[in-house]
Amino acid sequence: MKIAVTSKGILLSSEVDPRFGRAPYIVIVDVDTLAFEVVDNSDNVNAFKGAGIQAATTVCDKGAEVLMTGYCGPKAFATLEAGGVKVVDDVTGTVRDAVAAFKAGTVVYSTAANKEAHW
Amino acid sequence: MIISVASGKGGTGKTTIATNMALALGGRVELLDCDVEEPNAHLFLKPVIERTQGVETPIPLVDESKCTFCKKCSDICRFNALAVVGKRVLVFAELCHSCGGCMLVCPEGAITETGRELGTLNFGKRDAIGFINGQLRVGEAMSPPLIKRVRAAADPERITIIDAPPGTSCPVIAAMNGTDFVLLVTEPTPFGLHDLKLAVEAVKLLGIPAGLVVNRADIGDDQVFAYAENGGLPLLLTIPFDRKIAEAYSRGKMIVEEMPEWRQRFIDLYHTIETIVQGSRAAVCAK
Repeated sequence: MKIAVTSKGILLSSEVDPRFGRAPYIVIVDVDTLAFEVVDNSDNVNAFKGAGIQAATTVCDKGAEVLMTGYCGPKAFATLEAGGVKVVDDVTGTVRDAVAAFKAGTVVYSTAANKEAHW
Repeated sequence: MIISVASGKGGTGKTTIATNMALALGGRVELLDCDVEEPNAHLFLKPVIERTQGVETPIPLVDESKCTFCKKCSDICRFNALAVVGKRVLVFAELCHSCGGCMLVCPEGAITETGRELGTLNFGKRDAIGFINGQLRVGEAMSPPLIKRVRAAADPERITIIDAPPGTSCPVIAAMNGTDFVLLVTEPTPFGLHDLKLAVEAVKLLGIPAGLVVNRADIGDDQVFAYAENGGLPLLLTIPFDRKIAEAYSRGKMIVEEMPEWRQRFIDLYHTIETIVQGSRAAVCAK
């Protein structure tokens, strides 16, 4: 099973980026093998509008079943929900910490966005 | 003749200039309040509103039973108003700029048009002076489509005076674009100058002749005047920081009514603009 974690860097030891749509990288991790793929999200960092929607589409397309991030807005949340991706927000620490927390089963899934829409 | 009254900085006197020039010129004028986020020209001109109509902008409606989830629609949308995830297509109506691209590229004909409410248009008259304003729906983020609708409703037979929104971004461009003249209103302060420079740059991009009105002309410093002179921006009118003008304004009264000597000054302002526009048209023809 794969999960997506927003990241400031390209390693498992990189810090989780609290932003979802505009995080520089999204790391897709196979929680069983710890094999991972780094998605360069830099196109989205400077997107005019809809960065969260685009990032959410990417996460769905990569086959991740869970997203771990800091903040997730309403449009991104709706997109992830449509793609069947569950969201864990307020995640801190490293990507590896996030994966460990997920494997330990201590995470709580969000039922709504935890950030207002941007204009 | 279409004159847009713009400023860069807010609160410099656009509405004062636009409404007083309209009232001074009388029935050959139609005033368009294009500051659709907070229209206020009606508070001064006090038109009788005769007709109101709702305005919508087209947005896509996706028939998922025809959709093959090819993503051509979401790929072409630079505003990410469409998202294709798995076997779902999401439409974020508030992000849509109504370009129609998604409908054109959909190979299945699965996308048709529906509407998002932008706001209302109000049509009225002050004596024989025509009046139109747009009022953006509370919560709507995009004003240019509504501003364009206000302008499209203008009577081409009349002199059009446009009260533009402040700033130098899309809404102002929508209000100034394609007008014959931009009348820039500022105050002689560092703030006024800073934003005037931005407005002048925007007007230059559009290639429209412009002139300057300095309001509260005896406050601040002389930097605005020096900038206008050095940059070849003709100074067409100065209005003093006069208690009587401020009092009239605060009561929603018009300068040309409270202080009749101003009527001719606004008529002269119009004639100066007319001369400049004719001159620039002749120059364009000569080229």
